[in-house]
This record gives sequence, C-alpha cells and structure tokens, in this order.
Amino acid sequence: MPHGLSTAFAIARKDLRTELRTKESINASASFALVILVLFSFAFNLERDEFYAISGGLLWLVFVFAGALIVNRSFSRELPNDCLDVLVASPAPGWAIFLGKAMAAFVLLTIVEAISLPIFGLFYNIHWMDSAGPLVIIILLATWGITIVGAAFSAVIVNVRLRELMLPVLLYPILIPLLIAAMGSTTALLSGEQMTGDNFSYIRQLIGFDAMYTALALYMIEFILVV
Amino acid sequence: MREKAIWALGLLGAVVMIYNLHTVFLNLPDEAMQGAIYRIIFIHVPAAISAQVFFTVSLVASILFLVKKNHAFDAVAVSCIEVGTMLVLVNLVTGSIWGKSQWGIWWAWDLRMTSQLMCFLLYLGYLVVRPAIAEPTQRATMSAFIAIFAYADIPLVDLAIRLPNVRTQHPGAVLETGQMAPMFIPPFLVGILAVLLISTALVLVRLHQETSQREIDSLRRELHAL
Repeated sequence: MPHGLSTAFAIARKDLRTELRTKESINASASFALVILVLFSFAFNLERDEFYAISGGLLWLVFVFAGALIVNRSFSRELPNDCLDVLVASPAPGWAIFLGKAMAAFVLLTIVEAISLPIFGLFYNIHWMDSAGPLVIIILLATWGITIVGAAFSAVIVNVRLRELMLPVLLYPILIPLLIAAMGSTTALLSGEQMTGDNFSYIRQLIGFDAMYTALALYMIEFILVV
Repeated sequence: MREKAIWALGLLGAVVMIYNLHTVFLNLPDEAMQGAIYRIIFIHVPAAISAQVFFTVSLVASILFLVKKNHAFDAVAVSCIEVGTMLVLVNLVTGSIWGKSQWGIWWAWDLRMTSQLMCFLLYLGYLVVRPAIAEPTQRATMSAFIAIFAYADIPLVDLAIRLPNVRTQHPGAVLETGQMAPMFIPPFLVGILAVLLISTALVLVRLHQETSQREIDSLRRELHAL
C-alpha cells in the first residue's frame, strides 16, 4: 500500500479508537439527532401518508445537523498539547492526515445515521426497509460529501474564534447541491419510486459532488495545514 | 493620483448610469406583456453579470495568493468579494420584486434562484469568517481556500438557465435566446457598463482601504518591536 494511504488509514484508526473509547462525539451527535427528530414531530401536523412527501428532507436535516457536530471535532480534537502541530510537522503528507480524519468522521457519522434511521422510521411510521439497499448507497454517497467538505472546513477554522458557530455558516451553503440530491432521492425511494429515469440524476449529482470536492479538498489541504 | 483615478472612474460610471436611466425611463416604451416593471432588468442583470466578473477576479487573486503568498492578491480578493456579494444581494432583491409583480410570489425555489442564493450565502460566509482570524497570513490563506470552494457554485448559477432538460421558472438568457426586443439591447449593454464602472470604483476604494490597513498594521508591528 502506498505510504500516504497507509498513513491515512493509521490516522483514521487512531481517531476511531480514541472516539470509540470515549464516545464523546457519538453520544452528543446521536442525542442531538434524537432531539431534532422529536422536535420535528411537533413542527408538522401531517397525516401518515403526507409524511412520505417530506421524509427525505426531514431525515437529511437530522443527518447534516448531527454531522456538523462530528466533523467539527475532526481537527479540533488535536488542539490540546499541540498535537496538530506535531502531526503537521511529521513526515506524513498533509493529504494523508486530512484523508484519515475524513474517513474517521465518515465512519462516525455513518454510525450516528445507523442509530437515527430506525428511530426516524419508528417516530414517523416510515417503512424504509423495503428500499434499504438503494437507501444505504445514497446515505453513503451523501455522507462522504458531508464529511469530506466538513473535514476540510474543520481544518480551515480550527484556530478561529467561535469555530462551532463558523462551521455551520461555511458548511451548510456548500452542501446545498448535495442535500438537494440526497433529500430528493431519499424522498423518492421512501415513496416507493425506483432510482431510474429522472431519479437517477440525483445519484449522478451525488457522485459528481463527491468527486469534485474530494479532489479539490485533497489538493488544497496542504495550503491550510502548513499555515 | 490613485484617488483621482478612482473618483474619475466613479464619476464616469455615475454619468453613464444617469444617462442610461434617463433612456430607460423616459425614452423606452413599456413592455407589451410586463408593463413598466420590465425596466428592473436594466439593474437586475447587470448586477448579476458584474458580480460574476468580480467573483472570477477573486478566484484568480485567491489562487495567485496561494501560489505567490503576496498579500496584495488577498486584498484584491476580499475587495472583489465584498462588492460582488453586495451586487448579488441587489440581484436577488430586484429579482424578487420582479417575481412578485409577474408571478405573484416573492420567491421560487428553482435552480437559478436557489444557486444564486447559495452563492450569496457562500460569499457571506467568507465575509463572516474572515474577521475571526487574527493572524494576517492565516486569514489570507483560509480566505483563499474558502473563496476557491465558493466559486464552484458560479458555473451552476450560469448554467441553471442553459442546461437542457432542466425546468426553471426563471427566464432564459435574454440575449442568447433573442427574447429581448432590439430597441432594448443598447440600454441593456450600457447598463452593464455603468454597473461595472461604478462597482469597479467601489472595489478600488476597498482595495485602497485594505492596502492602508496593511501599512498601518506593519507600522504598528515596527513600533512594538522598538
């Protein structure tokens, strides 16, 4: 395995091991997701069938709000004891450090989504198991987009005042195309439609978003980490 | 000398704008289907085009800063983005006013309007985050990164009304589709020139402010060193 990739996996393993021992981010993020699911149930007074029309939007708002908590910790967890400076000064390539952190955030957010999805189905009586296969693909594609962009901006604002406020200000507008595709495709799937024809354009949009921002972030992260 | 040039540019832009507004309001007839409200296009579209020009300049300046580490490029980028963001806001507000008149609604979530709103939010984020970073080189580097990421939305805004098989409520590109009557084209083009001249003057004023601020900061550092 190339040196950079093995470094990236090592950093991802390190972050995951740390997080799974303390479970700080997962607990906070999953609890936050649960609270949002409860609050949304009071926001809308719809019949069960009508909920399907907004199901994708609801679900992805929950995921993206919970995701912001996860990605915010990607680089800020390295601030104590100057760990970030040590990482940057190490022989590890900048893109490998970034990719490792993005992969760890991806796994953590996927765990939170796996916890949230059954609860979502329970609270809103949405049958999602029938379209589980395509739904998982959409969730994985969109989650990668959220974590790659989120980790990039987490690196940008790691030393900024009020970074917990700044990250959503930067992250959510950039994610709009991804969220439109994720919400549209999820609503279509949960409503019983297939991912063909017009609906397949959502998948293309997700793949395009992921490819473009992954390439851009990997190329540009060196400029951020060495400042 | 530089200040005189900025004043001259601003005055020229103002004169061209006043001349064009005179033409638009007093010499052009009302449009057959829209009535008088169509005149908003002579501000709405020039604001959008000028904003895109400045965002493109900011992209180039941001890339050049990352390559050459010269803070003059950062000053150009932030100046262009500030004025460009203001122009996008003008574009959104004038578009809403026109939409209320023609469609009966202030806003529609079609691709053009959503992508333009997204553009506004992205560059607003740039302007919000920037003052929170104290160290100048770090601020400039982070700002360049955000500006490059934000520019990814601009092609989407441009293509939103040009993509095949994309249904959009927003009218198509009036010059390309031939939807604009020939008598409206000269004031339309002059309007673009006027907005570009005035906004370029504003960018230069802001650039002058940024340059002065860097000089003050460096003098302050020298004083502290003494």
